[in-house]
Amino acid sequence: MDPELLRRLLRAKDQMDAASHETWPVCRLARVSHVSEAHFARSFKQAFGLPPHRYLLTRRLERAKALLRDTTMPILDIALQTGWNSLGTFGRVFRDVNGTSPSDWRAHEHAGRHDLERVPHCFVSAAYRPGLTSAVSEKRRRERPAKKEPSHKPEVV
Amino acid sequence: MSQGIGVVGLYVRDQDEALEFYVEKLGFRVHTDAQNGGFRWLTVQHPEQPSLQLGLFTPQAPVLDEATAQTMSEAVAKGAMPPLVLNVDDCRAAYERMRAQGVEFTQAPEERYGNVDANFRDPSGNGWKMIESRRTQ
Repeated sequence: MDPELLRRLLRAKDQMDAASHETWPVCRLARVSHVSEAHFARSFKQAFGLPPHRYLLTRRLERAKALLRDTTMPILDIALQTGWNSLGTFGRVFRDVNGTSPSDWRAHEHAGRHDLERVPHCFVSAAYRPGLTSAVSEKRRRERPAKKEPSHKPEVV
Repeated sequence: MSQGIGVVGLYVRDQDEALEFYVEKLGFRVHTDAQNGGFRWLTVQHPEQPSLQLGLFTPQAPVLDEATAQTMSEAVAKGAMPPLVLNVDDCRAAYERMRAQGVEFTQAPEERYGNVDANFRDPSGNGWKMIESRRTQ
């Protein structure tokens, strides 16, 4: 790919990183990268290996995990602060991706704390970024083949 | 000190642009700028760190073949190269100064664990974390 285009796509990725709680419709991302909306999603996926909105989801979950681990903030507040509109959606997506509820994950993390103060924060945090090679809805479908799919759809896949 | 790391190199997309960035915007100094045929050996230094040179090199032939040079250029532009850390005395002041110079910050100064840090990129895409150094001595 053209490095000049990649550099502009990186700008969109950087902005999602800096404000993953915000809403990032394709038109907004395409504007940051100075590419057409039609080309943005495809180019982003080609550059970074996953579609822009799934990338955003990984960053939101990473941030949520850091807040679960490092703070005593109520889970509802964490959900709202990391970009979800409701506790239900957050809990469902979190469980679909991580296989455990936010509160169970928090309890487990607190049971085995490590001294990570000497490692830059972003690297500690990145270890918790989920590797979403497929859409969350797809993962959900595969893992619960017998169950009927709930009628609601996740906001970000 | 006679032993230790002398040069660490970065890949940049354009050496003139990188020189302008590291010298004019970050306040580094040129250590060596030598043209040898089609290859330019360019290193800069932090003014307070004379023992270390930061090399600003373009991925190019004859050191790399065309395909590898292209791959490296893509990796730099995607921000995939390893992170760099710049220690400063006052992160917020450095942020204001550099931002006024047009440096592209990807994270404004934030305080965590008692330290303040910010992130910026060079024009090529190399990512720097700027950390207010905790004085332990």
